[in-house]
Amino acid sequence: MLGLALVVGGLWIGQNVNLLPDSASANAPVYDELFRVLFSIGTILFLGIVGLVIYSLIRFRRRPGQSKDGLALEGNLPLEIFWTAVPAVVVLFVGLYSYDIYDRMGGMQPLAQSAVHNHQAIEAKERVWGGIGSGPIELSKQAKSSLSVEVTALQFAFLFHYPEGDIISGELHVPSGQPVSMRMESKDVIHAFWVPEFRLKQDVIPGQPTILNFTATKPGRYPIVCAELCGPYHGSMRSTVVVEAPDEYKRWFKENSKDPILEA
Amino acid sequence: MTTASQQTHQSSSGSLQPKGWLKYFSFSLDHKVIGLQYLVCGFIFYLIGGSLASAIRIELSSPMSDFMARDTYNQVLTLHGTIMIFLWIVPVVNGAFGNYLIPFYVGARDMAFPRLNAVAFWLIPPAGLMLITSYFITGAAESGWTAYPPLSITTPAAGQIIWILSVLLLGGSSIFGGINFIATILKLRRPGLKLMQLPMYCWAMLGTSILVVLSTPVLAGTLILLSFDIVAHTGFFNPTLGGNVIVYQHLFWFYSHPAVYIMVLPAFGLVSEILPVHCRKPLFGYSTMVYSIMAIVFLGLIVWAHHMFTSGTPPWMRLFFTIATSFIAVPTGIKFFNWVATLWGGRISLNSAVLFSCGFIANFVLGGITGVALAQVPFDIHVHDTYFVVAHFHYIVYGGSVFVIFSSIYHWYPKFTGRMLNEDLGRLHFLLTFLGFNLCFAPQHWLGLNGMPRRVAEYDPQFTFINQLSSIGALIMALSTLPFLWNVIQSAFKGAIAGDNPWEALTPEWLTTSPPPVENWTGMAPLVKEPYGYGIKEESIQIQSPDISDPENNKQ
Repeated sequence: MLGLALVVGGLWIGQNVNLLPDSASANAPVYDELFRVLFSIGTILFLGIVGLVIYSLIRFRRRPGQSKDGLALEGNLPLEIFWTAVPAVVVLFVGLYSYDIYDRMGGMQPLAQSAVHNHQAIEAKERVWGGIGSGPIELSKQAKSSLSVEVTALQFAFLFHYPEGDIISGELHVPSGQPVSMRMESKDVIHAFWVPEFRLKQDVIPGQPTILNFTATKPGRYPIVCAELCGPYHGSMRSTVVVEAPDEYKRWFKENSKDPILEA
Repeated sequence: MTTASQQTHQSSSGSLQPKGWLKYFSFSLDHKVIGLQYLVCGFIFYLIGGSLASAIRIELSSPMSDFMARDTYNQVLTLHGTIMIFLWIVPVVNGAFGNYLIPFYVGARDMAFPRLNAVAFWLIPPAGLMLITSYFITGAAESGWTAYPPLSITTPAAGQIIWILSVLLLGGSSIFGGINFIATILKLRRPGLKLMQLPMYCWAMLGTSILVVLSTPVLAGTLILLSFDIVAHTGFFNPTLGGNVIVYQHLFWFYSHPAVYIMVLPAFGLVSEILPVHCRKPLFGYSTMVYSIMAIVFLGLIVWAHHMFTSGTPPWMRLFFTIATSFIAVPTGIKFFNWVATLWGGRISLNSAVLFSCGFIANFVLGGITGVALAQVPFDIHVHDTYFVVAHFHYIVYGGSVFVIFSSIYHWYPKFTGRMLNEDLGRLHFLLTFLGFNLCFAPQHWLGLNGMPRRVAEYDPQFTFINQLSSIGALIMALSTLPFLWNVIQSAFKGAIAGDNPWEALTPEWLTTSPPPVENWTGMAPLVKEPYGYGIKEESIQIQSPDISDPENNKQ
């Protein structure tokens, strides 16, 4: 009975207490799903174990006048097998489930397999865009519909270069609904590109380009945060990603584009 | 044989050693003196590291960088991490309690290599002093305790080099200790004492020492290469010279993940000693506890890359390390269930030692749960390098190891000094520490999830309130040390006389006087085959009463 109440309570807390910021990319809802599952399991385990500890401390506390020892229980093999098996099953479930989530986020796509797979087109039509990966990749070989951005990180700023219109911007502008593929490299030390509302983070490393793919879904302005200690001004190394409706994005692109053909 | 040769060697050098309190400032070879040297020295560094933590929390109580200069802030957080890990937790859970207890537990008169033991301790104060004075002379290292290149190569070199040298010295000290513990546990056991009869802390220290000996040399090698990059401008990790910064991370975490177990496994061992005594029950599931320690040791060596999920890590590696890391939860879970089962049906004295041990269980369970979550690549991609991680590892190392250190001090203080600590002050200390700790670190989970990265001096103003809450928690934690300090100091002089065995414990260190004589026992070391024989002993004495082993009757 108590166990049932615990499980139901844990599930309820896991599903209904929201600890996360806005979700603004295609893989953010997938992430939130994983978070809710982990939060539910975690709440059940935490309340269960701590509840048992508190119960034991009260129920089995030494009362005045008691001088005998406790029960001489040295172990109970079936019980110990039980509580080896249960966490093993839970962990296995969590592992498989998070693998599935990772796959749906595009993490297992071959795009990240460095130079060997450079020329493989990305079969990601049925997947949520939001590939997370590393390694050099030729942007031109990617799916046509994706917007390419080259990100340069340096102490203490991000620079966004749009090869199509030769735009260099301090803010990242992306249209909602269109996949974006970023090739990132650092000029000096390790930085990290993090957009909390996208639930995505990738280190930006000197001497080793990294890739981050995502599809923004919700127009708005979201912070870009550097998440790797990069020097005294690390805390102020921030930028903004502006997610716009496709029309607005096109206007911005035209206004800033240096490419004469596109301007015409 | 070994004992005999030790005895002669001890008595020949023992006469040259100072007596009384002076021995604590000398190159003493007595494992008990060395243990207390580790403990007090570690605690002094804890106070320094704690002051630095307070400075960090003061800075973070407003979203602007206004309390100290930005590079000072980075120096402070680097020193805070390095001091707390290398000068407080590692030396205390290993060096202090290991040195004090292991010879008792194996029935020896000292450690296997007493001189090496003293050297291992005496490396620590100069290394710590060097690290801290570097702040005043050249400026301390400012690239975090992880010292990732290229940041560690481009920040001012003097502080970084001093940081490397002191970590090398501390790593050396740790290796010497590890070798000594392995030799003592395996080779100095009293004749007739089998491995599977040893108290659990011996197993924890055996496992920990294996980790220390296998992984610390890797850190040493890595830091030496890093120092070449800084001083001699070699290009091991310097990308402008063709070096690879990711290789450093692999090498660094190959030590620094096991380092977590170096801080936590001994704590597991200490809790396994404390709970049975105060619950008056045998440790539940002795053999599964032993196997789970060894499983943690093995798994602990193959999970390091989970610190690098957002670095340049290929997918297969992310997957492998996710699974390996998750599986550590299984042996760890076994230990926690076994402790709960040890509490179950006991006669629990709700004293400070038990409160801190149970506080440890609650905190560590939370830290473990967030740990399993962090092991999942997609989860980690969002919260890596944020305050969520800060909260997680403080739940592991503070809520885990430091709570256990306090629990152990309350438990063994009567053995160390022959006097009892004040229980009321102890409970007050627990209450303040537990509340302050949770108020400080629980809100940080939310901060991380919502977009506050770690190691920043300034942050988005929307996080101000939660950060202030966290700072209030830190203030309470800082205040909680006062009753403890007062208690420890005044009890040493005015505490109630403890007697040899105030807890009526069965483990060997209690079967001698408090404090124990120089060579631990006046006669032969006792042979303790059942270190957790609570209740069993009673059963054999009162063999007439059949009710004792029957749980139903006992409930009445």
